[in-house]
Amino acid sequence: MSQQFRICPDTGLKLYQPAETMIKVHAVAAVVCLLVGGIYGLLVGLTRWPAVHLLPADWFYLALTGHGLNVLIFWCIFFEIALLYFASSVLLGCRLAVPRFAWVGFALMVIGVLMNNYIVMSGEASVMMTSYAPMEAHPLFYLSLILFAVGALVGCFVFFGTLVIAKEEKTYEGSVPLVTFGAITAAIIAVFTIISGAIILIPTLLWSLGFLAEIDALMYRLIWWAFGHSSQQINVAAHITVWYAIASIVFGAKPMSEKVSRMAFFMYILFLQLASVHHLLVDPGVSSEFKMFNTSYAMYLAVMASMVHGLTVPGSIESAQRAKGFNSGLFEWLRRAPWGNPTFSGMFISLVGFGFLGGISGVTMGVEQINILVHNTLYVPGHFHATVVIGTTLAFMALTYWLVPVIFRRELIWKRLASWQPYLFGLGMAGVSVFLMGAGTLGVPRRHWDITFSTTGGIVHEFPAAANTLLALSGLSVLLAVLGGAIFCLIIVGSLLFGRKLGVDEKSSTFIIASPPSDADYEGIGKGGIAVPGTLVMAIVFFVAFAVYYFINWKYLAQTWGIS
Amino acid sequence: MDENQDSVPLMQRILDNPFILLFLGVSFPAVLYLIWGIMEIASIPLAN
Repeated sequence: MSQQFRICPDTGLKLYQPAETMIKVHAVAAVVCLLVGGIYGLLVGLTRWPAVHLLPADWFYLALTGHGLNVLIFWCIFFEIALLYFASSVLLGCRLAVPRFAWVGFALMVIGVLMNNYIVMSGEASVMMTSYAPMEAHPLFYLSLILFAVGALVGCFVFFGTLVIAKEEKTYEGSVPLVTFGAITAAIIAVFTIISGAIILIPTLLWSLGFLAEIDALMYRLIWWAFGHSSQQINVAAHITVWYAIASIVFGAKPMSEKVSRMAFFMYILFLQLASVHHLLVDPGVSSEFKMFNTSYAMYLAVMASMVHGLTVPGSIESAQRAKGFNSGLFEWLRRAPWGNPTFSGMFISLVGFGFLGGISGVTMGVEQINILVHNTLYVPGHFHATVVIGTTLAFMALTYWLVPVIFRRELIWKRLASWQPYLFGLGMAGVSVFLMGAGTLGVPRRHWDITFSTTGGIVHEFPAAANTLLALSGLSVLLAVLGGAIFCLIIVGSLLFGRKLGVDEKSSTFIIASPPSDADYEGIGKGGIAVPGTLVMAIVFFVAFAVYYFINWKYLAQTWGIS
Repeated sequence: MDENQDSVPLMQRILDNPFILLFLGVSFPAVLYLIWGIMEIASIPLAN
């Protein structure tokens, strides 16, 4: 058995060969899905750009369906299963539980993805990711999602089994590392998500096969969003786990408070999934009590947890940097960070974009009254491109640059281009997010191929010229983001195929892991008795931006429906 | 061993047990979102 372990020459991590293999295959499948979904995304973006309006209507809905599923579901969940195996077997230095089951889970996921892409490409399932009943797709569409979800569930249980092995074999002492705890959070949310998916997709499959007479549209929306939105909460838990991992890898940073960070993850476990209700805020069938409890009282506890992570991750980096001697002024620690290292820059852009764009917009539109301004408009894709694409995808990209030499044992190719990639992708996607939210605020609908209804033969709706400008700017931003995404895929695929192979005991020529500062180094850091003044200033800027934006939206709402 | 276990605070014991967390993480949203929501929709009277 010991022959199946190797010690990483760079990190000292103990790696179990079957776990490494599973991480590799899931990561490769994830990048392939990102590539396919990105191509669909380019087509969608160029169709939303009014002056280009590339695709005809049927192809637009086909591409929108393929884009959503490949990037929001397949890319993220493949990568997350790889992350679960890394956070359990690798970080705890133990065997992977039942690798054969892990292979079965992977095979089911691959079959699901292939089946799904086939049926979407055939044009018989252009129902978009949400596939709202009674809009009906080919039965293979629902079956493919069920197979993928079951495969992911198998992966989650292999992860939990690996935790049991590590505990029984005493490969760690005390509590699991914080990164593993974050992965546990993601896996728990995944189990709830997949069970919810099964509850609604199995009857929908039976309905599409003719065994059930109907699917209640309201019930479908309620249960589907327990699957659809919670799947994005897996992403949130996973990418925050990646932030903590990268802070430790690049800076040797330790969490400012393990207890506080673990409690924040615990609040995710309890409350994060409840945010699904914000999709139902204009649905007539559920009460205001149900809506307000879930999207206000309960969701705010999860939001508070996000703000805790948003404070402790940069705070831990600032502490470590100051402990290493970058202790001058408010932001020397940040100026002297390795901005040319895509693992760090990707993670930091992810953190800022997720907090300022995704977080603030998410909480604001989660308010029942304000939601009426932007419900089902392009504001919603604008919001989730900030959370899932800048937040999750960029964090996963950042970690992938690190995984290539550590797990795949290949040197990264085109390192200079790689150092630019997070900026291109982050800037492009920030543009997509901001401009879509701007167009949504002007009322542009999110799902329509023809936003003016000019081809319907009925009343044509004219949007303000600013809306068309914002859509054009969004289209330009799509091009920049797609360029960044394509460069990522090229570098990763190119590195795996043509990157120099590293010997078993050979260290990578690039920086892999930082030594943590000693406890003595941390003494006396900071300014005026505050250990992390720079992070505190950033937090104040965040709260001011949050308050101003929140106020603007209430003001806008008051002007839309004046009381007289 | 038991003495060591007793000295671990209750909250930490909860956080150290992934299966208790799994139970909580599934049951909380199942009750507050799924069951509550399904009951509300199911209680809507049918139109005649």
